[in-house]
Amino acid sequence: MSVPLIEVRGVTKHFVKRLDLAGKIARRLGADVDEEVVHAVDAVDLAVRPGEVVGLAGESGCGKSTLGRMMAGILPPTDGEILFEGIAASEMSGAQRRAATLAVQMIFQDPFASLNPRLRVEQIIGEAPLVHGLVDRGGLSDYVDDIMRNVRLDPALKRRYPHQFSGGQRQRIGIARALAVRPRFLVCDEAIASLDVSIQAQVLNLFMDLREEFDLTYLFISHDLSVVEHIADRVVIMYLGRIVESAPTEQLFSAPRHPYTQALLADVPRLDQRKHDFSPVAGEIPSPLDPPPGCHFHPRCPHAMPICRTQQPVLREIAPGAFSACHLDGNSGT
Amino acid sequence: MSVLEVAGLRTHFFTRAGVVKAVDGVDFTLQRGEVMGLVGESGSGKTVTGFSILGLVDPPGRIVGGSIRYRGEELVGAPDERLRELRGNRIAMIFQDPMMTLNPVLRIDTQMVEAIQAHERVPKKAAWERARDGLGQVGIPSPEERLRAYPHQLSGGMRQRVTIAIAFLNAPELIIADEPTTALDVTIQAQIIYQAQKVCRERGAAMIWITHDLAVVAGLADRICVMYAGRIVEAGPTDDVIDRPLHPYTVGLLGSVPSANKRGQRLNQIPGMTPNMLALPKGCAFRERCARAGDACLAEPGITEPAAGRALRCFHPHGIEVPA
Repeated sequence: MSVPLIEVRGVTKHFVKRLDLAGKIARRLGADVDEEVVHAVDAVDLAVRPGEVVGLAGESGCGKSTLGRMMAGILPPTDGEILFEGIAASEMSGAQRRAATLAVQMIFQDPFASLNPRLRVEQIIGEAPLVHGLVDRGGLSDYVDDIMRNVRLDPALKRRYPHQFSGGQRQRIGIARALAVRPRFLVCDEAIASLDVSIQAQVLNLFMDLREEFDLTYLFISHDLSVVEHIADRVVIMYLGRIVESAPTEQLFSAPRHPYTQALLADVPRLDQRKHDFSPVAGEIPSPLDPPPGCHFHPRCPHAMPICRTQQPVLREIAPGAFSACHLDGNSGT
Repeated sequence: MSVLEVAGLRTHFFTRAGVVKAVDGVDFTLQRGEVMGLVGESGSGKTVTGFSILGLVDPPGRIVGGSIRYRGEELVGAPDERLRELRGNRIAMIFQDPMMTLNPVLRIDTQMVEAIQAHERVPKKAAWERARDGLGQVGIPSPEERLRAYPHQLSGGMRQRVTIAIAFLNAPELIIADEPTTALDVTIQAQIIYQAQKVCRERGAAMIWITHDLAVVAGLADRICVMYAGRIVEAGPTDDVIDRPLHPYTVGLLGSVPSANKRGQRLNQIPGMTPNMLALPKGCAFRERCARAGDACLAEPGITEPAAGRALRCFHPHGIEVPA
């Protein structure tokens, strides 16, 4: 198998809420107060091969965005390693690191918040390639035109400001900005969630076209399973900071193994399933401040056994290419 | 008698930049116990339709024409006192953002008891008990405890359940739900839909479920109305509209939804974007994005009834299979 384009090994992210002054004084005086730690991502391994589209799905608060931001290099992990083409970030030379940083770009959810309102579109798109020497000042204008055409935006609009565009067009500007540094890996964090249905389809089609044109690799983060199902080759499901299941898309949607995946899929409204009685999974996602011991899903799981309350199931290969972390799969937890 | 009869409703906003015809000729009727899905993209006028029914349109907006009859009673132009009597009592609304509906500085029980006592002379204790039962009915565990909580102490799904419980407190006959699950996770969305569906069936209440997501109403609604640029362009029973859509916009909308049978392929996107409501094209508003548009579309398409129970505004509808 080829070397993964990007790989994370045992990556963990904790967010610590520091004690305020009152808390510190109370602790000095012997009160039982501690810093609150959110276990956003908990020892996750994930490898993305070149050319692959990996869908990352889960409920809000499951850590999917945090994992995406760490893979995009804009959030340092608390623990664990991130490798680009088999080389850990800590072992890279300066030039290698710069190449790796440019090769990984991110597309954000909110096209209203992620574009500088005071810059013209040509500046937003052209700034990074100019700074990084991908294009000189003389060629910049043509370069920006090319990139805009790539995302199906009219280059005639490049002197405009972001507020003069609709939501779908702004998202295209965000995509153009990422493409301008000729990346190989794009992290799309809920990149179409804020768009209208018909515009969603347009942007989703654009993502699929760009993948072929530029030979891109995606990590596609979305809470919307039907979107993930549509675009991804492989789907990874997260729950409370851990990966619970990972499998080729076809397999995951036709025969989900983990009870959480099963529950999630059953709850997705679909056009072809009508007038059915909703039988939702009980309860809500627990607080990541204080996740349940053992398997995080056991308080909501219909198949929970005593072992689930004490022992964390490990992610194991249960079929070629398919991984699940569940004690039901004969998982010993060792 | 039908619970709600909307005919020729027109709600316009008179802004400095011009007149926005947010709702421009909407007709539908709703029977007892019926669930209607009102589907459209942002700016299509679906929310303003809901607000108009409740008389909640603020200036510069105004209902400029048409009628809204609740059990035969005209609501357009009805005095404020009468509307206040109906709102939250006979007609209730669930909003998208529960934090907008709930008062952040009042406990849940205060707000619920207030909602009951505003419409009925009930002793506080009885009202409190009714509030507790209401919370239980929408699947909130240990309702006594939750009644004493403040909104910020509850999760998003919990808050939305509280607003649904409040909407159902006075056993309304009509509920208008405006994208109540859009901000929620799928598992919580399924729970909310389940509760709303259950309470509607048990009480025989009619419901208008406003959403941009066809897949949500596919599993919930008896009938679907598709809105575009302030008008209902297609209406009919859920199965008919989804399996045999007639209007090119509905066809496009359905093609835009990613679903299993189109995995990895390009989606059937609708070209262009939603029109500027200040400068709608003459004739059919969808004309400029429509592949089937012709010269006829320069005129405004009227409402036709291509099959029993269906309504359509289009000169060039997609093929209709007439049952033998």
